[in-house]
Amino acid sequence: MSSIRNHFSSLHDLREKAPVFLAVLFGISIYASACNLWLPEDSIFYVSTYTITLLGKYLCYALLALAVDVVWGYCGILSLGHGAFFALGGYTMGMYLMRQIGDRGVYGDPILPDFMVFLNWQELPWFWYGFDHFWVAILAMILVPGILAFVFGWLAFRSRVAGVYLSIMTQALTYALMLAFFRNEMGFGGNNGLTDFKDLLGFNLQSDSVRVALFLCSALVLALAYCLSLLIMSSRFGRVVVGIRDAEDRARFIGFKTENYKVWLFVYSAILAAIAGALYVPQVGIINPGEFSPLNSIEVVVWVAVGGRGTLYGAIAGALLVNYAKTRFTAVFPEAWLFALGALFVGVTVFLPQGLVGLFKNKKLPWCNRKKTGEEQS
Amino acid sequence: MTMFDTVKQAVQSLHTGLLPETKHPDIDISHQVLLYVEGLSVSFDGFKALNDLNLYINDGELRCLIGANGAGKTTLMDVITGKTRPDIGDVYFGQTIDLLGKTEAEIAQLGIGRKFQKPTVFEEQSVFANLELAMKVNKGITSTLFARLSPSELDWISQVLDTIGLKSHYRMLAGALSHGQKQWLEIGMLLIADPRLMLVDEPVAGMTAQETERTAELLTSLAGERTVVVVEHDMEFVRSIAKTVTVLHQGSVLAEGSMSDVQNNPAVIEVYLGEEQ
Ligand SMILES: Nc1ncnc2c1ncn2[C@@H]1O[C@H](COP(=O)(O)OP(=O)(O)O)[C@@H](O)[C@H]1O
Ligand SMILES: [Mg+2]
Repeated sequence: MSSIRNHFSSLHDLREKAPVFLAVLFGISIYASACNLWLPEDSIFYVSTYTITLLGKYLCYALLALAVDVVWGYCGILSLGHGAFFALGGYTMGMYLMRQIGDRGVYGDPILPDFMVFLNWQELPWFWYGFDHFWVAILAMILVPGILAFVFGWLAFRSRVAGVYLSIMTQALTYALMLAFFRNEMGFGGNNGLTDFKDLLGFNLQSDSVRVALFLCSALVLALAYCLSLLIMSSRFGRVVVGIRDAEDRARFIGFKTENYKVWLFVYSAILAAIAGALYVPQVGIINPGEFSPLNSIEVVVWVAVGGRGTLYGAIAGALLVNYAKTRFTAVFPEAWLFALGALFVGVTVFLPQGLVGLFKNKKLPWCNRKKTGEEQS
Repeated sequence: MTMFDTVKQAVQSLHTGLLPETKHPDIDISHQVLLYVEGLSVSFDGFKALNDLNLYINDGELRCLIGANGAGKTTLMDVITGKTRPDIGDVYFGQTIDLLGKTEAEIAQLGIGRKFQKPTVFEEQSVFANLELAMKVNKGITSTLFARLSPSELDWISQVLDTIGLKSHYRMLAGALSHGQKQWLEIGMLLIADPRLMLVDEPVAGMTAQETERTAELLTSLAGERTVVVVEHDMEFVRSIAKTVTVLHQGSVLAEGSMSDVQNNPAVIEVYLGEEQ
């Protein structure tokens, strides 16, 4: 039975699960990058920069899905508003990129972004101060969504809002933010959002090598987030969180302040979503209030459901597969995508409640016996 | 003192403020009474589940609560453990600790453990993990994030596994256990939390005669160093363990005393025991 101490160490899970994941992730991304950078364009193995950027976008979505899986898969908090944190992260990056344009904008103002000149604003609003520094943008990317998630979570979980009510509140949150960001007076470019970015840390965003670097960066961040989440979820903290998901009262009556756990997890997940948004914006070249659309957040939940909840890699696989399907599908029938997505969700819910990962495994804990005859094996 | 030490101390004092104590606090039992329940009333939509209830549990006692379905036994436990807020009344742990207004987690950390009427364990986790989570350790976020199972904790879990007879099942998912085994696991979760006061709601429901007997033995052996309050319907079981029995009826105490006193109490015969014959 002493071997159990190893099973109950976080590092055990990391050693067991991370290598395969990392090998696949880095294998594919490094291969694709190399094919883009070093092969001639007429080679059949050449990967276009367009594809690289598309893959980079998928990786950002995968990180967002990971964030949702952390709260939904492990703790049963069905957030239908994670798009809000993603978009906020995106806006902080967008603000930095806007300030980087400097006097190269259409109106040539050295300080004010184009949309402010267009609105006849004379000076930079206070909340744009400091965004010419990358580190300020990074700090804001973590703090703004983090604090919002903290306040929201604190209010919701303290008053023990759960289930459908919580999901509706998260939808309301992202919807309210969308309406706010649509207004020109908010100072974030209204419905056009932020765009026309030129460079990031002095590197030209249009160049192939920068695109590849951003893509590899997304892969690296996804890998780090995966490993960190795996460590957290396989610690005792993770077991408490799963306990809260399955029997919150029981967790309370053995002394866990479950609302604190939920707030912590929610903040962590919101920050992951924000990082995903910040990586997404320089790759797609625009951030606008549409990213706050309630529908976006619902789509993320579908990705996670398709991939399978509560495994981390399931969510990532789901995000990649569904988005690949979306790219293919919308090229042929753009209007039908939402129906297809709805059908997919219903299909998965009915036939594959554990998602695609459920096809490959039906045990959560590899050393756990589901059968009654659990003999000691160690 | 270096800068680092100062910061470390500040962080530590922050933690002691924020995080629960691992040791249960001292409870003032100078009057030998561990739990006071006085003038307690709870109503649900006008229906009085508890009605001016008074109950005193002595330190180290094993007390049985009996009463027909709906008498308010579970509601009483809900109030003591912080799940339900009463309309009026007092609940004190020892002389000084007011339990009303505390959260479930705070009450649990004071050393009051509870077994639910319907066995409630973490079904998607192993028997072992269930015990690990219930163990009396620091329940704060930072310490669970970095917790590492120590050899003494492992021994402790192993002992409890022996006591509850689930040694060979420790890898099994709790959800795959039989009803009786789940009851035992939940009792194990109580034991490993090392509570001062154990509230045990219908522990032998769904157990075989043999398991029931073992539960009776276990609960009897626990009394003394711990205080145990057992709710049970099974009169045979109550007879086998109880020294003092409290009969609840429609949210108040109908009678209290030894089993034979209670059995011969005319009021009790009329409303409860009478039905048995
Ligand atoms: N949350 C609740 N809402 C409404 N009525 C309740 C609630 N909890 C208990 N009751 C009612 O209070 C009464 C006492 O219930 P309970 O304490 O569970 O009885 P016992 O455990 O003695 O069988 C019952 O009539 C029950 O229907
Ligand atoms: Mg009951």
